[in-house]
Amino acid sequence: MPPVAADRSFTTVSGRPVDELYTDESTASLDYARDLGDPGQFPYTRGIHPTGYRGRLWTMRQFAGFGTPEDTNERYKRLLKAGGTGLSVAFDLPTLMGRDPDHELSRGEVGKCGVNVTSLADMETLFEGIDLGQLTTSMTINSPASMIFAMYLVVAEKQGADWHTLSGTIQNDILKEFIAQKEFIYPPRESMRLITDVFAFCTEHVPRWNTISVSGYHIREAGATAAQELAFTLRDGIEYVQYGIDAGMDVDAFAPRISFFFNSHSDFFEEIAKFRAARRIWSRVMQDRFGARNPRSWQLRFHAQTAGVSLTAQQPYNNVVRTALQAMAAVLGGTQSLHTNALDEALALPTAESATLALRTQQIIAHESGVVNVVDPFGGSYFVERLTSDLEAEALEYFARIDGMGGMVEAIERGYPQREIAESAYRFQQAVETRERIIVGVNDFVAEDEPPVGILYIDESAGEKQLAKLDTLRRQRDQTRVTSALDALRRGAAGADNTMPLLLDAVRAYATVGEMCDALRDVWGEYVEDAVI
Amino acid sequence: MAAVRVVIAKPGLDGHDRGAKVIARALRDAGMEVIYTGLRQTPEQIVSAALQEDADVIGLSILSGAHMHICPRIVELLRERRMHDVLVVVGGIIPDVDIPKLNALGITGIFLPGTPMQTIVEFIMGHARARTSLTDSTGANQ
Repeated sequence: MPPVAADRSFTTVSGRPVDELYTDESTASLDYARDLGDPGQFPYTRGIHPTGYRGRLWTMRQFAGFGTPEDTNERYKRLLKAGGTGLSVAFDLPTLMGRDPDHELSRGEVGKCGVNVTSLADMETLFEGIDLGQLTTSMTINSPASMIFAMYLVVAEKQGADWHTLSGTIQNDILKEFIAQKEFIYPPRESMRLITDVFAFCTEHVPRWNTISVSGYHIREAGATAAQELAFTLRDGIEYVQYGIDAGMDVDAFAPRISFFFNSHSDFFEEIAKFRAARRIWSRVMQDRFGARNPRSWQLRFHAQTAGVSLTAQQPYNNVVRTALQAMAAVLGGTQSLHTNALDEALALPTAESATLALRTQQIIAHESGVVNVVDPFGGSYFVERLTSDLEAEALEYFARIDGMGGMVEAIERGYPQREIAESAYRFQQAVETRERIIVGVNDFVAEDEPPVGILYIDESAGEKQLAKLDTLRRQRDQTRVTSALDALRRGAAGADNTMPLLLDAVRAYATVGEMCDALRDVWGEYVEDAVI
Repeated sequence: MAAVRVVIAKPGLDGHDRGAKVIARALRDAGMEVIYTGLRQTPEQIVSAALQEDADVIGLSILSGAHMHICPRIVELLRERRMHDVLVVVGGIIPDVDIPKLNALGITGIFLPGTPMQTIVEFIMGHARARTSLTDSTGANQ
């Protein structure tokens, strides 16, 4: 092995310089009771459960969806049979953007990046033979979150499940869409109204549902550093709480159902510190800024997914190793739920075999590595504690800047987080380009001849099937009932009614996702972002 | 020599614009004139933008799997509008089996994940139509 060059800088994947050695001086200002606390104790730096994973393992929740609802239903049954403990729905782009399969922009996109769900009929097929009263489902859906949630509730009701005990998650996080993933439809303030409507509706009717999953995942994938992911995600969380309070709700009535979703990236210690910092910041924000009194409002619960952006198309089997390390960081950081990416995801959606191997990776960590035996095993590490404090401080600086702009909605309208992320993304790419940062198999240790891996190829047949089903649906349903439900939705949206009961009526009439989203487009218009590079 | 003019576009419904933005900056840093269309552009809008901007190159960023719908349509529109000398390059997630099909359309600049930015810059420099000396330094085109 050649020696490491003396002039090499030692930084995390986020570009944060790290020292060679950390000692007790690095953590001298920490006070155990004030800044760490035992697991299950404020400020929850060491975790929200006193017994860690001894009481309960994290939920192994593999994100999946492709093609038609029939295709995906089969994949779900396979994942559950393989020992998966929860479901997570990946929708296709037409569904995510509130467009039916027959819309011009849907051409070539139906069933490609996820499963296509056009109406309640598709939702019934998606969960056929799966008892929604017995497991929890997470649905990655944002602009049309209310519409898809309404469909889920109706399917659960038809299966005989009780809404009061039903549990699961809708992502429902529009702010990170404006910031990073860009699957927005309506302008920010109208979008926030949909979200606070869900908060209010669930408080009364679906009290165990996680009404939002405030997501850093996509912010990180778009190029943010660990500190930016932490800061923008938690500042988004603050914005949602503030809007809920401004809509007239008591903070402790809805805040306990707010959950989070982080990326678990490649820099092992930085990620563990990030998760620990997130819990500490959130508990203090909820107590000091919002005066929450219910401990459940203070506790940050999160799902983690390994970093899709770190996967390489070159030498794809290396991705198994990357994912295992990232998953380990999420577990050591105390995640409540985890998705591990499959080795072929830089190339396509995963095959059944690669998806199973990804799940096995979690099972090996849980049952063979021994890391579940001890709560917060890195607590007290000079390095990890110092990184935790440094990340917290950096996040609080971002909070102050965004507060100074008037809030996150205002910051987004100015393009502030978007620009910060684009800068970081470009800096990272330059570091890869100059080989200051090594990506194994990409800019070093390159293989000349690589055998191809078999990938899942999704052709146009899913699109054709979904178009045919939509055509049949439109001929068979009671059109008068659909029209009147959509008219009521328009009127409600123009006024101040909660949109959820109106959407439930439209769903029961088999109105499509595109039709419901269009009804709201008629009233609220569409958001167009300034294209800046 | 006048700068190569490039329209970078995100066709389809996908909003993942990290790649499009990074490459737009890399091309600009390499001395090209870059116009970024923003999100959710139809093939018609992209070709119109290229015409209006007198672009030499259209760079498409496609991650969603819709490339076999979008690319043929762009090539067809360029032919209809007699924009034969506009170079089309594609970056993103393109399965191996589709690469010969895109090549058959005349699209040879296909850049998969992990491609160095410099490779893309060099390909465009080597394949974009030559801007003649008739193009003056104020950017007015003949």
